[in-house]
Amino acid sequence: MAKERKIASPEPTVGSEPYWEGAREGKLLLRHCTSCNKVHHYPRALCPYCFSDKLDWREASGKGKVYTYSVMRRAPEPYVIAYVTLDEGIKMMTNIVDCDLDKVRIDQPVKVVFKPSENGQPVPMFAPA
Amino acid sequence: MSTKGKAYIVGAYEHPTRKAPDKSLAQLHAEVAKGAIEDAGLTKDDVDGYFCAAGDTPGLGGLSMIDYMNLNLRHVDTTDTGGSSYLVHVGHAAEAIAAGRCNVALITLAGRPRSEGMATGTAPRAGNPNQPDLQFEFPYAPATANMYAMCAMRHMHEFGTTSEQLAWVKVAASHHAQHNEHAMLRDVVTVEDVVNSPMVTDPLHRLDCCVISDGGGALVVTRPEIAKSLKRPKVKIIGTGEAAKHQMAGHVDLTYTGGTKSGKAAFEEAGVTPKDIKYASIYDSFTITVVMQLEDLGFCERGKGGRFVSDGNLISGVGKLPFNTDGGGLCNNHPANRGGMTKVIEAVRQLRGEAHPKVQVKNCDVALAHGTGGSLGTRHCGSTVIMERE
Repeated sequence: MAKERKIASPEPTVGSEPYWEGAREGKLLLRHCTSCNKVHHYPRALCPYCFSDKLDWREASGKGKVYTYSVMRRAPEPYVIAYVTLDEGIKMMTNIVDCDLDKVRIDQPVKVVFKPSENGQPVPMFAPA
Repeated sequence: MSTKGKAYIVGAYEHPTRKAPDKSLAQLHAEVAKGAIEDAGLTKDDVDGYFCAAGDTPGLGGLSMIDYMNLNLRHVDTTDTGGSSYLVHVGHAAEAIAAGRCNVALITLAGRPRSEGMATGTAPRAGNPNQPDLQFEFPYAPATANMYAMCAMRHMHEFGTTSEQLAWVKVAASHHAQHNEHAMLRDVVTVEDVVNSPMVTDPLHRLDCCVISDGGGALVVTRPEIAKSLKRPKVKIIGTGEAAKHQMAGHVDLTYTGGTKSGKAAFEEAGVTPKDIKYASIYDSFTITVVMQLEDLGFCERGKGGRFVSDGNLISGVGKLPFNTDGGGLCNNHPANRGGMTKVIEAVRQLRGEAHPKVQVKNCDVALAHGTGGSLGTRHCGSTVIMERE
């Protein structure tokens, strides 16, 4: 297991607060368009497919698999950055944590976990499922 | 409206410095401007259009530099697409000239990240909190190098590309850099040297990454009538293209770049194909960047880039496609962490027959310069310029 690095805290913008509130409740939320019925990430105020402003939040299953990753070695605490393909079909940038850095693989099943950032705000990350 | 043949690159200058603690950023911009204007045989007073990227130019947009150089302009364009900005500027300059908006366009780039001690590739760089993606990315510590590494990792997974194949890009660059007295790294390296160099961010080793350098460069673009009145060899702009690519609302695909579109646009406008290209400058922030862009531009099939670059195929006088004969970003320089400018400059040298004799491509009549700005791992803009010697 790698030593845990300090995680920079996200700075929410107007409209993104529910995403971070969800993270505090242990939920990974996806923005969903009620006009075209598609989900997107990262969350926007206007649907990036159809520009509708009729959007709600859907809780993601929290399950996915590694699309790609890299182990950054030139850092005080090496860490794994990745894109994970969620079961909902879209990808998000994240870190793979709670694992042996050298055992991460593309297509590996992972599940969401929440790690506290510097100010305590939990940030969604993924661990081997 | 096609701009094919409506503008010429008549001035090109690369700053010889690679470390400039004794020069200000504004001074570097002015020195490269002077160099390119003199190379063209023009004067500062002839310049009526100025192009720069807001990101490497001190002050608001280009305004402080326009003031510093005391330019008298009727056209300004400060488009910033990162390292590809200067390729974009060549296309925009051709458009402005064709539209009669200016006669003599000056493009400058300068930077001093080496003197300023930037950990360019490995340190995550915070942005403006209003940047909508920042809060969803910065906590995960995206740096430049690990973003490109994720592209390499996926390329290897999908296409079987190997570290040894990527290493050939650096090997070819080093073969060229040995002849460039200004290059930061002049030692010829082998595939083994690259794959045995320390791992930075899997699967990219230290020698898969470009250098960090100070310096800059400038170009002068003008109308055909003015180009014909000058004494320099004529480098005609025959095709340009630009295309942004991003995360597609979450449908990320890291196996290709904006070059698929910018290259197609440039080739169509120029009326040539990859087979016609005698020399190619390809932005080499990392070895993987070259492999992906060569595929996207059509020099080989998608997924076959690793095989294409192997066995010295990019070495001038040896391989099928001589590339980056100045040593590129991998060995020569990478001023302002933005490689697009030097790509155009070396292509101009090749077309003029002014590259180093050891790397000069024979009968180099059509050349391509291509680059990418931003990050292939998140959002970027590819830009392509095809030029012809007249």
